[in-house]
Amino acid sequence: MDASFAVDTGNTAFMILAASLVLLMTPGLAFFYGGMTRSKSVLNMMMMSFGAMGIVGLIYVLWGYSMSFGTDIGGIIANPFEFFGLVGLSDAIPTTLSDGTAGVMSNSLMASTGVPAMVAVGFQLTFAVITVALISGSLADRVKFATWMVFAGIWVTIVYFPIAHMVWGGGILSGSGFIAKALSTPIDFAGGTVVHINAGTAALVLALVIGKRKGFGKDPMKPHNLPLVMIGAALLWFGWFGFNAGSEFGADGTAGQAWINTTVATAVAMLGWLIVEKLRDGHATSLGGASGVVAGLVAITPAAAAVDTIGAIFIGLIAGAVCALAVGLKYRFGYDDSLDVVGVHLVGGLLGTVLIGFFAHLPQEGDSAPLSTFAPAGAQNGLFYGGGATQLLTQTLVALVSVVVSGVLTYIIAMALKATMGWRISDDDEAEGIDVTIHGEQGYDLDAGGGSGHGVLTSSLTKSVATLKAQL
Amino acid sequence: MKLITAVIKPFKLDEVRAALLAFGVQGMTVSESSGYGRQRGHTEVYRGAEYTVELLPKVRLEILVDSADAQDVIDVIVRAAYTGKIGDGKVWAVAVENVVRVRTGERDQEAL
Repeated sequence: MDASFAVDTGNTAFMILAASLVLLMTPGLAFFYGGMTRSKSVLNMMMMSFGAMGIVGLIYVLWGYSMSFGTDIGGIIANPFEFFGLVGLSDAIPTTLSDGTAGVMSNSLMASTGVPAMVAVGFQLTFAVITVALISGSLADRVKFATWMVFAGIWVTIVYFPIAHMVWGGGILSGSGFIAKALSTPIDFAGGTVVHINAGTAALVLALVIGKRKGFGKDPMKPHNLPLVMIGAALLWFGWFGFNAGSEFGADGTAGQAWINTTVATAVAMLGWLIVEKLRDGHATSLGGASGVVAGLVAITPAAAAVDTIGAIFIGLIAGAVCALAVGLKYRFGYDDSLDVVGVHLVGGLLGTVLIGFFAHLPQEGDSAPLSTFAPAGAQNGLFYGGGATQLLTQTLVALVSVVVSGVLTYIIAMALKATMGWRISDDDEAEGIDVTIHGEQGYDLDAGGGSGHGVLTSSLTKSVATLKAQL
Repeated sequence: MKLITAVIKPFKLDEVRAALLAFGVQGMTVSESSGYGRQRGHTEVYRGAEYTVELLPKVRLEILVDSADAQDVIDVIVRAAYTGKIGDGKVWAVAVENVVRVRTGERDQEAL
């Protein structure tokens, strides 16, 4: 960084807000997932998301940021010890400018937009948190909480940070990687690869390794609280503006375009999902509406500022309709991706990433009024915008490499944990309900009727028995 | 004496009760119940996965009446509980041998 670093307060304020919005997505996801499980597992489902906030929030500031955005090691990872505990990450490193005067530089990855290092860390932290939480959707009802927490820490370190580095930190899937050199610069505006393809692939691998819930495909496992699902979808949509508009790293027109694309793609995806349901099942459902919202948000994420408004409409429509059809795959192939992480996030992420190859509309030399200024050097327009098939090939290749990397690494971690801690709770505990048996709590106490219920306070009972004995 | 039992849709309870009161029926026993008839419940769809809910919520009414009034009471219930849609329910009557009012010890006709 040659230029002297100066804080841009407007951009910084925007990015702190964007980071806060993205962090809200994870509790939102907890509601979304929690409502979709049976009532006996709602707390466990929500705790897997909150648990991810705990463990990833800690690890990210220790070595996560450093491993993602520190000094590159072989295009695969960055040095985990460079900014361990965020020590040495500064906005006030003395430097000499090109004209010979003294200045300060920052090692913030958003320094070029005047956003300080700590704000950059905060924003990136929230992405790591939600990516891990997303995976838990394939694990409803049946996984030891301790194994999940250990998995979260290992997975984010071995899978998420390297892929984040490869795509965003200057590694092999970025503009300086082998695909960019051979074809064109990959486009992933806000994390279609790092977040959604990555989490979706991991969820599929875990579902296969861990196995089905008892009674999957035989017993009814319908969502216990659809209003909770709707609250979750609403919070996700709201938070997603931080995710997509915030990925511009500045408060400007490109962030505005990302906001508009996020909104319209999501709106249309919801309609797409509902139309498929009405035609196929005869009902347009609330769960379908909420799912269409998430499918649209996922698919527009990588494309948010790289397509125009019309492109966003098509991406939304395709994502809504295709994801609605894709969630049926688990019954056909017999894997228990409980809450459809594969059907929504993997399929949606792949669609968004690959569709950029058709719809990318980047500002060109001589454009008098480009919609957005997002123009990564070496990226090309999509097939429908006169760019030929190069970008399509690039996007497809990046998506496939990500699936393979995430899939293989997740499989190794999953098998290692299966052999050591074990993944499954006992059959009895699963039948009884994971909330009561593993967490010692129930989501709802519907029998109590506002009073003390049928439970007996053990401590006072023991005391009165003792008193009774003393009296005898 | 007859015992009339009616299984009806829950939201029809108020109308049936009002109609019976207007007809002069003094009391009734109401309980929540569930079941199905010819329509065999309904189906729900969650992300394309169909769930069949076989037992539907119903309300069960039990009314003791004089044999002479039984047919009229049945008619009143049927008229008030009718929607024309499937699952409206059923009404039937059976003969009752003895009735005793607990508080007074009155028997049969006087106990109604």
